[in-house]
Amino acid sequence: MPLTSTDQPGTDEVARLADRARFVRTETVRLTRIAGAGHYSAVFSCAELFSVLYYHQLRLDPSRPDWPDRDRFVLSKGHAAIGLYPVLADLGFFDPSELDTYTRLGSPFGDHPDMRRIPGVDFSSGSLGHGLSIAAGMALAGRMSGSDHRTYCLLGDGELAEGQIWEAAMSAGHFRLGNLVAIVDANQLGIDGFVRDVMAAEPIDGRFAAFGWQTHRVDGHDIPALLELFTGLPAAADGPPQLVVADTVKGKGVARMELSPDWHVGNLVGADYDDVLAELGQERA
Amino acid sequence: MSSTQDQSELFNGTANVGLKDTRSVDGTDTRAIPAFVFGEELARLADHDPRIVVLTADLARSNRATDFANRHPERFVNVGIAEKNMITMAAGMAASGYIPFAATFGAFAALLGAEQIRTDCAYPGMPVRVVGHHSGMSMGFYGTSHHSLEDLAMMRCIADLTVVCATDANHLRALLHLALDHQGAMYIRLGRGRDPQVYPEVPDLAIGRAETVRDGSDLTIIATGSEVHPALQAAGELAAGGISTRVVDMFTIAPLDRDAVLDAARSTGAVLTVEEGNLTGGLGSAVAECLFEAGARVPFRRHGVPDEHVPVGPPAALYAHYRLDGPGIAAVARELLDSKGSSR
Repeated sequence: MPLTSTDQPGTDEVARLADRARFVRTETVRLTRIAGAGHYSAVFSCAELFSVLYYHQLRLDPSRPDWPDRDRFVLSKGHAAIGLYPVLADLGFFDPSELDTYTRLGSPFGDHPDMRRIPGVDFSSGSLGHGLSIAAGMALAGRMSGSDHRTYCLLGDGELAEGQIWEAAMSAGHFRLGNLVAIVDANQLGIDGFVRDVMAAEPIDGRFAAFGWQTHRVDGHDIPALLELFTGLPAAADGPPQLVVADTVKGKGVARMELSPDWHVGNLVGADYDDVLAELGQERA
Repeated sequence: MSSTQDQSELFNGTANVGLKDTRSVDGTDTRAIPAFVFGEELARLADHDPRIVVLTADLARSNRATDFANRHPERFVNVGIAEKNMITMAAGMAASGYIPFAATFGAFAALLGAEQIRTDCAYPGMPVRVVGHHSGMSMGFYGTSHHSLEDLAMMRCIADLTVVCATDANHLRALLHLALDHQGAMYIRLGRGRDPQVYPEVPDLAIGRAETVRDGSDLTIIATGSEVHPALQAAGELAAGGISTRVVDMFTIAPLDRDAVLDAARSTGAVLTVEEGNLTGGLGSAVAECLFEAGARVPFRRHGVPDEHVPVGPPAALYAHYRLDGPGIAAVARELLDSKGSSR
């Protein structure tokens, strides 16, 4: 059960979540080798977010992926799916051995998530800019049907240049979707360089606030801070939608990738593969 | 008539549609014909089906979603002028068990929302019903920005998307019924909302099965949507000249009724397609693909809007200009039959 805001997560819980974040990173490295290319750094920036959300915050039942009252999670930055698949397998949505087919012909697991093929994926994604509208629709449906579930949506900061994000942001504020939580993984980089240089998104919180959202800002790699923030969100009721700007580092955890535009898509080979796994604290695979 | 009146006559406003301008495409008096039954019929269905929700993008007065909103305000969503958000939000609602009908002008539904329809509705198999109304060039002098002459071509090449055209009010009622239990996403193309009656009663339709609305032996006109009624008028005119014309209502664009197409070629020996859309890739192209691949070599012609931006003009003038009214279609049919060598 999720903790309430008055509970203090113990050090054991923080250590457990840190371990699961490490698992997200190492699995991403492993799966990328199968494909021959992958989005390492965009997963590394949100590994702690995946961990805290999936292992602590979300109301889920892996034995019932279609449970109507489950919390929804929309991965608007769909290219981070390679980090989400191992989490879903680890939680029991499907057999982890299925991941070995990653990107092979006919596999359920491609670079972007397919809700028709993968239990636990609440919506297919990949085309940036769509997810917040999906999540707003889900939040509206939740309210219409009388369910108290929340809908979480994980966005990238570069993605905020998509105009549809702001259509969705405007509608969520207008409809007072207090059961909607948007999280921006503000990892500072797009493909062509720093978001601030390519198309500045800041002040992200200020912009969403102007659209009627209640905003929060947190270090996206600080697990205790994330726990405190998420467990302290106001009740999922009629009210302003909630925005969490998670300040993160693209490529976090692997020195050569941190804030490097060269690693948006990459492939570690030979000794580099082993070195990176060692850096992530994993025994040689 | 002042220009302001002209606009309201052509355009939206629940008080105006089908009432002020009683002339239809071909001059038929449409006063007795329900304009847009879209909102009213969905409101009635929603009395017994809690899955139905209706979304629009600041066009409820134009598409009569107001009739739904008045009866089921808790299931009506107006997203403002944000069509992409509307279609994707509808997909999110569909993922939670609703059957959303998302309605706006065809130009903005299909052209602006094409990627949302593909990626968020068709690909994940969401039962979203995107309703593109005022399609073709029915917006008349509003010009190219408001015309959807490309929507059939664009929508029919999207996998797992059912594409249908409403012929008249009763036909639309039947489509809305069908839409409640149809798997996957649909694009439903509506005309201007005052299309003259073809079906005196609500027809019993099946997706993938065209309706033969008149039988004949010398020629088949395969028409869709707003062009079925003028095709019937053309058939009447041709009959007076001794030409027996079958008229097939190919409302089901994807999937196409290939059997109906091949039977038309076999039984009548000549095929003319008629659509209110750009000839590139639409109904005529679909029928041509079907005929050619089956080896059916019969006199054939696609009739519609040529590959150009249409001039400004009232809808009726545009239909006449492009020979998409009854007399125009009859003339094109005669040209085709002359090439067949059986003609008069």
